[in-house]
Amino acid sequence: MSQSLSPSHLPASIAAPVALPIRTLLPWAAFTVVLSLLLLYFVGAEQGATSLISGHAVHEFVHDGRHLLGFPCH
Amino acid sequence: MTGRLLSRGMIAGIAAALLAFVFARFFGEPQVNLAIAFESAKDLAAGEPPEPEIISRSIQASFGLLTAAVMYGAAYGGIFATIFAFAYGRVGRFSPRALSALLAAAAFVVFVLVPDLKYAPNPPAVGLPSTIGLRTGAYFGMIALSLCAAAASYMVSRPLIRRLGHWNGVLASLGVFIILVAAVQAGMPDINEVPTDFPATVLWRFREAALGMQIVLWATIGLLFGPLASRVLTAGADKPFARNG
Repeated sequence: MSQSLSPSHLPASIAAPVALPIRTLLPWAAFTVVLSLLLLYFVGAEQGATSLISGHAVHEFVHDGRHLLGFPCH
Repeated sequence: MTGRLLSRGMIAGIAAALLAFVFARFFGEPQVNLAIAFESAKDLAAGEPPEPEIISRSIQASFGLLTAAVMYGAAYGGIFATIFAFAYGRVGRFSPRALSALLAAAAFVVFVLVPDLKYAPNPPAVGLPSTIGLRTGAYFGMIALSLCAAAASYMVSRPLIRRLGHWNGVLASLGVFIILVAAVQAGMPDINEVPTDFPATVLWRFREAALGMQIVLWATIGLLFGPLASRVLTAGADKPFARNG
């Protein structure tokens, strides 16, 4: 690990990247992935293949984005 | 640190979505309107009543498109920052800027280009309502399998680099990715629901615009997230050696 090296071995301009510890990453990663998948679901699939909210308002509102972002529509 | 990094990803994604919205507004919307005109003309000729407008076209093409783009950008910005957080300091010895640009190019290929090569974006009037379940499942399945192919080729890249050296090892693992994607795409069902009289130019221009929108989005995420991440990663007092990004 670069942390065990003294600063003289590493010029500041080309400092080696220090990885973030996995244990601190996992909870944040899980939260972000769940939130992101929820957002993608509402843009890409709600009131299309499956429906949590009745009606067509969500589908119709994001309609053009759904087509242009490449999701199947109608 | 991690939380701030991930929020920077979402911010970069939202900023990228604003640019992608402007692009889509100028290049995508004219093709969407042509496709809807084709659909209406067909309905009229068949004696069917026009589809009821629940949300007006002008709202769909402005706030609707903007909302969809921002949600999409925030979502992929977050996913992108998560991948970056795991890769930084583990994949190569790239600076935050270089890693961000490289990962954005890879994410574009994995999340957009590969799925779109099999299931290309379609304008309104293309696609049967009865197959929406199959099409949605196949499309999301293709994204998942593309991600699996990328993960597999990353895992074989380490032994390949040890055997073949850096340059050839990376090329060989990219070759593994292409072979896996080709095999998966050959096995997935083909879906062709383009009406025979649908104008080819509109279909082509629509798909160009859809791909262009994604290129604007991912290029902006890749180039914007790098400097943002660099500031977060080098600001910490627990990183005494990393003064520059």
